[in-house]
Amino acid sequence: MSVLVYTENWDGKFKKLTFELISYAHALAGMMNTSVTALSIGKTDEEELKQLARYGAQKIISAENELLSSLDNQAYTGVIAGIAQSENAEVIILSNNNAGKALAPRLAVRLKAGVGPGVSRLPLNLSPFTVYRRAYSGNAFAHLVIRSDVKIITLAQNSFELTEVNATAAIERVNVAVDPSSVKTTVKEVKKQSGKVLLTDADIVVSGGRGMKSPDNWGPLTELAEALGGATACSRPVSDEGWRPHEEHTGQTGKIIAPNLYIAVGISGATQHLAGISASKYIVAINSDKDAPIFEAAQYGIVGDAMKILPQLVTAVREIKK
Amino acid sequence: MKILVCISNVPDTTTKIRLAEGNASIDTTGIQWVINPWDELSLTRALELRDDPASGVKTVTVAHVGPASSEPTIRKALAIGADDAIRVNAESPDAWYVATQLAEVLKKEQFDIIMCGIESSDYNGSVVGGMVAELAGIPSVSAVSSLSIEGGIPLITREIDGGKEILTVGAPLLAVVQKGIAKEPRIAAMRGIMMARTKPIKVYEPVPAEPLTEIVALEKPAPRSACKMVDASEPAKLIDLLRDEAKVI
Ligand SMILES: Cc1cc2nc3c(=O)[nH]c(=O)nc-3n(C[C@H](O)[C@H](O)[C@H](O)COP(=O)(O)OP(=O)(O)OC[C@H]3O[C@@H](n4cnc5c(N)ncnc54)[C@H](O)[C@@H]3O)c2cc1C
Ligand SMILES: Nc1ncnc2c1ncn2[C@@H]1O[C@H](COP(=O)(O)O)[C@@H](O)[C@H]1O
Repeated sequence: MSVLVYTENWDGKFKKLTFELISYAHALAGMMNTSVTALSIGKTDEEELKQLARYGAQKIISAENELLSSLDNQAYTGVIAGIAQSENAEVIILSNNNAGKALAPRLAVRLKAGVGPGVSRLPLNLSPFTVYRRAYSGNAFAHLVIRSDVKIITLAQNSFELTEVNATAAIERVNVAVDPSSVKTTVKEVKKQSGKVLLTDADIVVSGGRGMKSPDNWGPLTELAEALGGATACSRPVSDEGWRPHEEHTGQTGKIIAPNLYIAVGISGATQHLAGISASKYIVAINSDKDAPIFEAAQYGIVGDAMKILPQLVTAVREIKK
Repeated sequence: MKILVCISNVPDTTTKIRLAEGNASIDTTGIQWVINPWDELSLTRALELRDDPASGVKTVTVAHVGPASSEPTIRKALAIGADDAIRVNAESPDAWYVATQLAEVLKKEQFDIIMCGIESSDYNGSVVGGMVAELAGIPSVSAVSSLSIEGGIPLITREIDGGKEILTVGAPLLAVVQKGIAKEPRIAAMRGIMMARTKPIKVYEPVPAEPLTEIVALEKPAPRSACKMVDASEPAKLIDLLRDEAKVI
């Protein structure tokens, strides 16, 4: 028996979310009295793989095959399912990010496993296996019982603290067999955003709404994000208007994020917007209308004109970062 | 080519969620049911493709697993422009059960492209689409933000962390769609509403399947502590609070 974690890598590197997954798996394995195996697909070097042990992986499997250089849901599912079986995995953990969402349901069918998607805590109970997850777009949380023998969990990002345990782990490199005719996805082109802090990775997010009035007013907002080392985001009307790029749209129909700090500037706080940000640890609202619903979701607020307040916040942050 | 759009029936997105007695389900009194926002967007994109003769798409069918009470939502999809509909006559106890029913539909009827939403706004699972594809043994692409058909081959944009990939997958395929797939949802015109009354809804009885998961309890999110207000004349105080009290910067 074991807990298996699928650790995605980005050009051979892991991210904070990878270590969250391992930390979670380590705690869960403790509850279950079993051990953690991490599986990485694609090229990653020794030093990078060793990092997984820092957070509690006791066995690290690195599976390589040239045919696995980009995500093909069927081929990847085949590899993960194979390792899950040989490792006798009872629980398989993936991130609730794009790749995790793509793979978890296919794996579920392969292994006849129930899925607990977007889980944000350790199981409430092991028997029956009960997970805690977001439902109704953040308006409720569900206790979900998974009845199958094998269980699959996708972990919500930023929902579990990193815990270093400095385990030592054996690294096993395997050359997995992949039938070329089984790879159905042909990637023609990759377009990467460079330089900026990615919204999905950011601990701090500064976000603007229609109250910013014009695309020309974003200067102090991006400066605040930069000064805080954070990313920028926006409400849906702002991206619909083309004031900001679509990748920045957060909410029910945009990105769902859970940073430590979300600063909402000139955003009214519609339920559909809150659906994407309500899992943030702290929400700050800056709005000229003292009755805006965003203040009900926020822990800190300023009633006032964004254009006057933002530059002063930038100065204050630069002051403390000196 | 034929497209199948899988639609789920969800509470209107502005609904204030209240829990029913026993706290294992929601109180549905007064709730307006709508097509899941993502599914409305995939339907819109499917119809755009059908209306473009160059795409080669001839028909758009919608499929829904749900009881007769969800027919108004199916009719709405027909009014927006779908050609016909399939309803599997069953409640949807979990993703596995729903996916099994939809995969069964794919055994009975052939489609070249199947579209599912990235998540239903009630269950937020992001699970049904991938399960259907695996059950049907066809490729799936998730986080699809654009879908076009060039020379008979589906061309897809997939969102990845920090970028996008342009890729091709041979049909039949299942696309799990997200933001970007269509700009605005298409709305039903009067003519569409009239025509929808006469469009066929085929009803299939479910095949047996054992749900693998069950919601045993729901809770409302813990109320957030009251909002601490900082005076607009001293915004720097906010930064101090974030550093010293919340300890997030
Ligand atoms: C199916 C569906 C899905 C949706 N999905 C999303 C989604 O994913 N994300 C999303 O964001 N929305 C979504 N919406 C839209 C949502 O309902 C709201 O319309 C939207 O969030 C409002 O955006 P906003 O807060 O920027 O603008 P508004 O509601 O117009 O609010 C602007 C705010 O700015 C304030 N303001 C004005 N001037 C200033 C100033 N000088 N300084 C400071 N504050 C000022 C105002 O008081 C107001 O509160 C969805 C809607 C539907 C129907
Ligand atoms: N009862 C249902 N009938 C038809 N399609 C469904 C149903 N439930 C979910 N789906 C499809 O699966 C997608 C994802 O749903 P979920 O896995 O519940 O988040 C939805 O956007 C629909 O396309």
